[in-house]
Amino acid sequence: MTETRVFFNFDVTADSHTLAAYRQRGGYQALEKVLKGMQPIDVENEVKASGLRGRGGAGFPTGMKWSFVNKQSPVIYLCCNADEGEPGTFKDRWIFENTSHQLIEGMIIASYALKVRHSFIYIRGEFDLPYRRLMEALKEAKEAGLVGEKILGTEFSCDIIVHQGGGAYVCGEESSLLTSIEGFKGYPKNKPPFPAVKGLYQKPTVINNVETLATIPWILANGGATYAAIGTEKCSGTKLFGVSGHVNRPGLFEKPMGYSYKKLIYEDCGGILGGKELKAVIPGGSSTPVLLPSEIETLTMDAEAVQAAGSMLGSGGVIVIAEGTCMVRLLQVLSRFYAHESCGQCTPCREGSAWMNDIITRISRGKGVKGDLERLECITKGIMGNTVCALGDAASMPVNGFLKKFRHEFEYFIEHGRSMYDGRLEI
Amino acid sequence: MSCLEEKFDQLRSVYPAEMNSSLVLPLLHLMLKEKGHLTESDAVFIAQYLDVPPMQVKEALTWYTMLYRQPVGKHVIKICRNIGCSLMGAERLIEYLERKLGIKEGETTADGRFTLLAVECLASCGTAPAMQIDDTYHEQLNESKIDQILKELS
Repeated sequence: MTETRVFFNFDVTADSHTLAAYRQRGGYQALEKVLKGMQPIDVENEVKASGLRGRGGAGFPTGMKWSFVNKQSPVIYLCCNADEGEPGTFKDRWIFENTSHQLIEGMIIASYALKVRHSFIYIRGEFDLPYRRLMEALKEAKEAGLVGEKILGTEFSCDIIVHQGGGAYVCGEESSLLTSIEGFKGYPKNKPPFPAVKGLYQKPTVINNVETLATIPWILANGGATYAAIGTEKCSGTKLFGVSGHVNRPGLFEKPMGYSYKKLIYEDCGGILGGKELKAVIPGGSSTPVLLPSEIETLTMDAEAVQAAGSMLGSGGVIVIAEGTCMVRLLQVLSRFYAHESCGQCTPCREGSAWMNDIITRISRGKGVKGDLERLECITKGIMGNTVCALGDAASMPVNGFLKKFRHEFEYFIEHGRSMYDGRLEI
Repeated sequence: MSCLEEKFDQLRSVYPAEMNSSLVLPLLHLMLKEKGHLTESDAVFIAQYLDVPPMQVKEALTWYTMLYRQPVGKHVIKICRNIGCSLMGAERLIEYLERKLGIKEGETTADGRFTLLAVECLASCGTAPAMQIDDTYHEQLNESKIDQILKELS
């Protein structure tokens, strides 16, 4: 079961991203099978049977998301969320650079299931090679009759429009992403109505992550039940995990859900830099609460297990922190990020993220005062649950997590005006 | 600006007609490529072309960080300062670049060759530390690699 690979099933070569190479590894056979032999509802049922859950971070069941859309609506949109920006996450980029066609095939299959005529890829503006690879692949696909009018000679037509972002983390939040495609600054919208009811230009819209959509061809080629057999019962399939920070061999790994964090860090990544001890792990992108070595000892990489440990599987960005790292200064890096990326719409997040950053920065410069930690906790309470989108929570969770697990380091910094660990981030 | 309008028209044909407003960001990007930085009158020009409220385009212009509103150097160096890169020495490299270029983060060299920006996550955490110069990513950086990269730039 550990051998199944949805993504890492080919060697990356100079031309492995081309249509010819993708076809050679079985590419677009699933599309042919779907368009020439399946009804849209069959496709949706197959995805439901696979148990596939969104790979962007929230982990919502994909088939269920698709089923919320009223397929009788005259216009339905599909948007691929490729605004990869959660610190610690670098998987979608790999998909674009090495197998863009897999995403394109997944999008056309999804569009067929959802009765979509125009679909969108919202790709983060900084991405250059990923963007160029995607555009090359789209051109190839159009010329080969795989995208556009009457795909593969059938009655189904679908265009893919690539929309480049402008460098805003919040646009990875789905309603913000839609506002951005509509040509405005990317303010998130209140839900309900959910995008499945009123999304892009008030039309029913499905938003799926790159990895989610790129998994669709495999599911349709091999069957939903086959996919569901991989991983854990509630968290099926394989997932791309990106490991960064203080490990000997950082990088991207495809693992079945339920794989061991410890194995990933110590075997796949060759252990901690310089043979140091592990200090902490941020398990699923920078917004997810930090875990101690004792908490990952037997922890498995699936949504339920990580949630039970008090954190989240998130986007699969595993950030490894070695003993000797100053957690106060590390939190400052994160608080600065969230303060910078808060979109400005909701007062609790706009003001709160800036206040938190001010206080944490002050502590990290040796100017912290008594009561600062309680003040931080009070601010997170004021933010969480009181904002339109999840960015406020994302800014607060690391603060709460760091204070809970490494409070003594913050207290030491405030009391002595200096770090317990020479203020080091680099080991 | 007729040449620019031709390029605008080309881009417009990509989007369904009812999505006229969606062109705000693509057109701002296009104009930025042409001009290096954007001003309020550029936003008004786009608003008139698309027949959308000028305020909508001005808001977009001032909100997206990739849209420069001040002149930038011939090359823009964006070096990541977020968590993955920080753990691998980003702070040291930012200081190194500041010393090497003789400017602070956010500034442009006197000869107009380089602008140095410290930016948030570039999705290069597995190949940290990373920077982007103009469009191109440079990863697994160290001081000598930075020296080499800057030397090769025209």
